[in-house]
Amino acid sequence: MRSFTYERAGSPAAAAAAAARTEGARFIAGGTNLLDLMKLEIETPTHLIDVNGLALDKIETTTEGGLRIGALVRNTDLAADERVRRDYGLLSRALLAGASGQLRNKATTAGNLLQRTRCPYFYDTNQPCNKRQPGSGCAAIGGFTRPLAVIGTSDACIATHPSDMAVAMRALDATVETVRPDGTARGIPIAEFHRLPGDTPDIETTLAPGELITAVTLPKPVGGKHIYRKVRDRASYAFALVSVAAIVQPDGTGRVALGGVAHRPWRVEAAETEMPRGAKAVAERLLAGAKPTDENAFKLPLVERTLGAVLAEAKG
Amino acid sequence: MRFDTPATTNPIDQLRVVGKPVDRIDGQLKTTGTAPYAYERHDVVANQAYGYVVGSAIAKGRITSIDLSTARRAPGVLAIVTADNAGRLEKGRFNTARLLGGPDIEHYDQAIALVVAETFEQARAAAQLIRVDYVRAEGAFDLADIKDSHGGDDNSAVGDFAGAFVAAPVKIDGTYSTPDHSHAMMEPHASIAAWDGDRLTVWTSNQMINWTKGDLATTLGVASENIRLISPFIGGGFGGKLFLRCDTVLAALGARAAGRPVKVALPRPFMFNNTTHRPATIQRIRIGAARDGKITAIGHEAWSGDLPGGGPENAVQQTRLLYAGANRMTAMRLAVLDLPEGNAMRAPGEAPGLMALEIAMDEMAEKLGLDPIEFRVLNDTQVDPENPARPFSQRQLVECLRTGADRFGWDKRNGQPGRLRDGRWLVGMGVAAGFRNNLLTASGARVRLDSSGVVTVETDMTDIGTGSYTIIAQTAAEMMGVPLDKVAVRLGDSAFPVSAGSGGQWGANNSTAGVYAACVKLREAVVQKLGFNSADAVFADSLVSSGNRGVPLAEAALASGLVAEDAIEYGDLARRYQQSTFAAHFVEVGVDVATGETRIRRMLAVCAAGRILNPKTARSQVIGAMTMGVGAALMEELAVDKRAGFFVNHDLAGYEVPVHADIPHQEVVFLDETDPISSPMKAKGVGELGLCGVGAAIANAIYNATGVRVRDYPVTLDKLLAGLPEA
Repeated sequence: MRSFTYERAGSPAAAAAAAARTEGARFIAGGTNLLDLMKLEIETPTHLIDVNGLALDKIETTTEGGLRIGALVRNTDLAADERVRRDYGLLSRALLAGASGQLRNKATTAGNLLQRTRCPYFYDTNQPCNKRQPGSGCAAIGGFTRPLAVIGTSDACIATHPSDMAVAMRALDATVETVRPDGTARGIPIAEFHRLPGDTPDIETTLAPGELITAVTLPKPVGGKHIYRKVRDRASYAFALVSVAAIVQPDGTGRVALGGVAHRPWRVEAAETEMPRGAKAVAERLLAGAKPTDENAFKLPLVERTLGAVLAEAKG
Repeated sequence: MRFDTPATTNPIDQLRVVGKPVDRIDGQLKTTGTAPYAYERHDVVANQAYGYVVGSAIAKGRITSIDLSTARRAPGVLAIVTADNAGRLEKGRFNTARLLGGPDIEHYDQAIALVVAETFEQARAAAQLIRVDYVRAEGAFDLADIKDSHGGDDNSAVGDFAGAFVAAPVKIDGTYSTPDHSHAMMEPHASIAAWDGDRLTVWTSNQMINWTKGDLATTLGVASENIRLISPFIGGGFGGKLFLRCDTVLAALGARAAGRPVKVALPRPFMFNNTTHRPATIQRIRIGAARDGKITAIGHEAWSGDLPGGGPENAVQQTRLLYAGANRMTAMRLAVLDLPEGNAMRAPGEAPGLMALEIAMDEMAEKLGLDPIEFRVLNDTQVDPENPARPFSQRQLVECLRTGADRFGWDKRNGQPGRLRDGRWLVGMGVAAGFRNNLLTASGARVRLDSSGVVTVETDMTDIGTGSYTIIAQTAAEMMGVPLDKVAVRLGDSAFPVSAGSGGQWGANNSTAGVYAACVKLREAVVQKLGFNSADAVFADSLVSSGNRGVPLAEAALASGLVAEDAIEYGDLARRYQQSTFAAHFVEVGVDVATGETRIRRMLAVCAAGRILNPKTARSQVIGAMTMGVGAALMEELAVDKRAGFFVNHDLAGYEVPVHADIPHQEVVFLDETDPISSPMKAKGVGELGLCGVGAAIANAIYNATGVRVRDYPVTLDKLLAGLPEA
């Protein structure tokens, strides 16, 4: 771990301004991901801006009938919130499918969206990684790829986004609210929040330098059955090989997002029109253009089969 | 004490303390966090500095330059040790690669430097500032690619295997593979080293004190008597801590360089690429049988790889002993691989060997139209099949299988695979035989009686979480006729008599037999002191009695105490009798019909392993081993990067081992057994038996559930999907 300076921000806008002002600054909230990466010198911030005191830890009803989830709401609290459990069961289920009780107690809503990939090559500083060290190359391509992405990949990176929560947020059409260093606020639709790797896999979101997430808002509830199905080699405490987040309405229409397959939560709205025709039709459109490796090609039939089980469960 | 004739009745047979499911005597220290583990021994020596290890970034090649200048100037840095400045280092007897590499590199993450600093954080940060240039050399990293380029070693052959196999009316010829496995114990390797002139003391975490002391002496060129190793508590080992590793060597070198005590713990990624692992195997098994199910030919070949000078994984050894059959062959073939060093991991040989053999037996039973249990019973043998004049000392495999079948409800199993459905789950049952040899090795102990009647046992035996403290206390309590709370046990110190140590499931039987021997001597001294006739003196209730006369045991001690020391040493009983332990493993699994995820529903192990010294600690050993078997069957695999030559998933997020949710229900049954051939304790090992066969029982259950036969471990969902029905 490199030495760093530290400050506690006084307000969200002050935090954003401080981050823009200081080269190499990072926000820290729960620290469940950042601190590990700092110990390995995968992240080497020169300055940490602690946002824990910014009172962004409330879940409020919006005037539109949705929910506004403060950036610092802990995963445990979010999953347990009565309104979330009643109206956004998908989100609660996705959260509880991830990490462990201890981590969820610490991890925040914004931090969860911003967690870094679990690609093993990203974690080994002896190996080239365009995400860790831009331009150094990608050791994962041609290496051990079983857990890695099958779609939306590039020649520079085949990492996945590890979050379960973000997959549910994507299906729920969440909006990421931020404050910029100049003090202005904006809302970023979740669909535009996470980037595909392209040539710059080190840039993972559309946040501007210094921009701070203050909340995530959910539109008013859409009803339907909410199913989050996470497929993994062991029963708990593992990242998804594939996960399916689905909202299915009584008439068979609905929404589907996938985890474990791409550099961001994967959703193709056009594919959802196929939902009444079944999993195969949806999966074909969702995964059109996929470029799996020999080791992770199983994820394509796995998505289709898992989605099939989810749709069957929704009917049942 | 020389043990060369079968045991007769002795004080252990009273079973007043031995054989009882008593709680661990060290349990309170563990649950209160006060058991002193190596890295936490802040109090044993003052002024400890911190060492951080740097590993090689390449698998094979040479360091061309190593720039320490920036690191040397970093805050808090006291010294940096490299091969350039460490002085001459030899290689220990139990090491294949050198523990401090450079300029030649033998494997990825081979240690090449130790940074010593005032704090851990300073040492770690400075370690990142060392700049190393390498020249890579070509290496071999893919066992499957090179296995055929290496010839056979260690063949065993009886009869005419080739002819009998060709002639057999029913046969199978299958190839199986098991991946590299990591011990993944909770506590990483850790040592604190302190020099006092020429004398070196190391507080460490190690299973085999005497081996490691010897190899440390060899490596450093220090007289063995000048080294003291202290390892009273060990947070898991599984074979990963059998040997001297770089934490100990580098702590000693760092302490010498810094002129003060140094502590070193290996970071988690070093567990995978710096220390040892269980090597991957490729195995070919051929079994031929008559139509009645009697095996006529059985052949097992295993390929594994290791660094130059290393050894093979003996995956064929159980096949020489487990089933009858007149015509047999085994062969181990060793390829040179430039991956990190392969070595022993829990039940080396039998664990991966049975993962293959017991699938083959399941396949063969199906081909013969026999129940898998009946097929195994039919081919039971009570003698060494290669040498029928040599009987097993005890062999209750058939009883294990029969008892297990009753307990598990084996009669409910549908022999047709893929027929039982429970909601989204395809449900199946599997069975496998468990087998692990019982190894005998000399073991010493010292026992001291003091004037308060307390018996203190000292031996360099270790407790790696197994329960050694407790069974040794039970042994001494039984022998000396005192309650458990009048026994103190001190372990893991090279100042104590040399024991068997912990490994190969030999620790319990041998170390308690050594304590037995020392207690026999102490009893003789007591009897003499108190003027009894040794033949009829009874030790019970803290009294020594004969006829009407009873004297408190404590009186024999006087003020100075009474000390006896002895060791158990073995004659040729192991040559005259085959000593092994047996089990039957039963597993029920559910396989998600859509996703192919396998989840264990219940497990049963029935074990026949001699006298069970403490059913509670023995059960803990067996359920832990069964859990490790679940890992091997379903998820554990060190992923090899075949270009760069290293294990990629080198942390506990990437290398998955079972979590609580994977293990819903386990049951263990110990058959009532004593084995007078094995030792005066009539006990055998059991801690590795619990692993042997579990993987195959799971693979067989998955086959029974789905009809998909996977011969390539781990049995992950990607290998099942294509064979599953439409969801």
